[in-house]
Amino acid sequence: MSGAEWTIVMLSLKVSIVAVLVTLPIAYGLAWLIARRRFPGRMLLDALVHLPLVIPPVVTGWLLLIVLGRNGAIGSWLFEQFGITFVFNWTGAAVAAGVMALPLMVRAMRLSIEAVDRRLVGAARTLGASPVRAFLTITLPLSLPGIAAGAMLGFARSLGEFGATITFAANIAGETRTLPLAIYTGLQVPGSESDVARLAVIAIVLSLGALLVSEWLVRRSQGARAHVL
Amino acid sequence: MSFEVQIDMALDDHAYALQFASDAKLTALVGPSGVGKTSTLNAIAGLVRPRSGRITVAGEVLFDDAAGVNLPPEQRRAGYVFQDARLFPHKRVEANLAYGENYAPPGSRFISQDEAVRLLEIQHLLDRFPATLSGGEARRVAIGRALLAAPRFLLLDEPLASLDESRAETLLALIERLRDKLDLPMLLVSHSSADVQRLAGRVVTMTAPGPA
Repeated sequence: MSGAEWTIVMLSLKVSIVAVLVTLPIAYGLAWLIARRRFPGRMLLDALVHLPLVIPPVVTGWLLLIVLGRNGAIGSWLFEQFGITFVFNWTGAAVAAGVMALPLMVRAMRLSIEAVDRRLVGAARTLGASPVRAFLTITLPLSLPGIAAGAMLGFARSLGEFGATITFAANIAGETRTLPLAIYTGLQVPGSESDVARLAVIAIVLSLGALLVSEWLVRRSQGARAHVL
Repeated sequence: MSFEVQIDMALDDHAYALQFASDAKLTALVGPSGVGKTSTLNAIAGLVRPRSGRITVAGEVLFDDAAGVNLPPEQRRAGYVFQDARLFPHKRVEANLAYGENYAPPGSRFISQDEAVRLLEIQHLLDRFPATLSGGEARRVAIGRALLAAPRFLLLDEPLASLDESRAETLLALIERLRDKLDLPMLLVSHSSADVQRLAGRVVTMTAPGPA
């Protein structure tokens, strides 16, 4: 890999890993709420979580600009109070990737939480476990395959994220130009077909690698019967 | 009194009321399937809330809607042996046995894991995962897990169901020994009254209610 390609790959990995790590606990919390709790507005929450999956990514990026941009409702406050800004910044690419990955991660985790027999939680309670202990010792470990699957899907989605990122964080070399944005940029320049092809191969290898790693993790923790997908 | 139950249950599919008091060491709850025997155990263990009523075990009030008492399951300390054993599938037998032991208040334990393992003859199963156990083995492990949590009373849901005759006989003898050895009120659910004649000091029969 050339130095420029290396920069792109490292940036993409940084953005995707941070996006997944930050989104993971949020997604698990939402998945648990939707799977296990009955409360008013649950359907609405479910719909909101799925929104980035169904609306055009460009629209998600635009909404992020409105909310988190320098003049946005939350964005202006963050900038004034903490000097934090997401626009033109790799953290903005991570926010866009995380938001786009959220619905996929919630879906995977929700399925695995729903698959945990609630009666096992009841059994744990009769044995003396508080609700929190029962969650930590029963629900959480038994939904681990879903967490791994969610993380993998989220990582792959983040790695491929394009529309929301370019809209919200822009396309700045070394800062927000992740693999898909670099491939798109290369396509705009005549004569860079081989560069594009090399980046495309790197993207495929990274995504396959993520799949294999998470499959291996789940097998190691759950035995040969468990799979990520 | 070991068990004093007076409950009015409203479940998704049916509603029923039940009232009994027993001072036997082992009380049996019999009746046709679907009449609410397991639901009654769930209510005593704290897994379902009766619509109203009062549940007292060994003098302690576990539930009393008039007084606003509804202890959570972890404070009731029921040794509940579920019909399907309900072992934790991601833990080996040994970890299943130890699960409730860790939560039992110090000083309340009346049996060690070694003793329980010997009593139940499950030494050879300790390293196995629940998915590899037979029905009878799983039920013995479930009994051990319940005992090691230092329960204040035992709830046994169809402990002999779907076991062949010799296995059922072994388990029956074991329950008899537990009854005589331990000072724990026991409530056993069975659909056949023949099973319980030999065990129970008191038999409570639940009958299907007429049309509501």
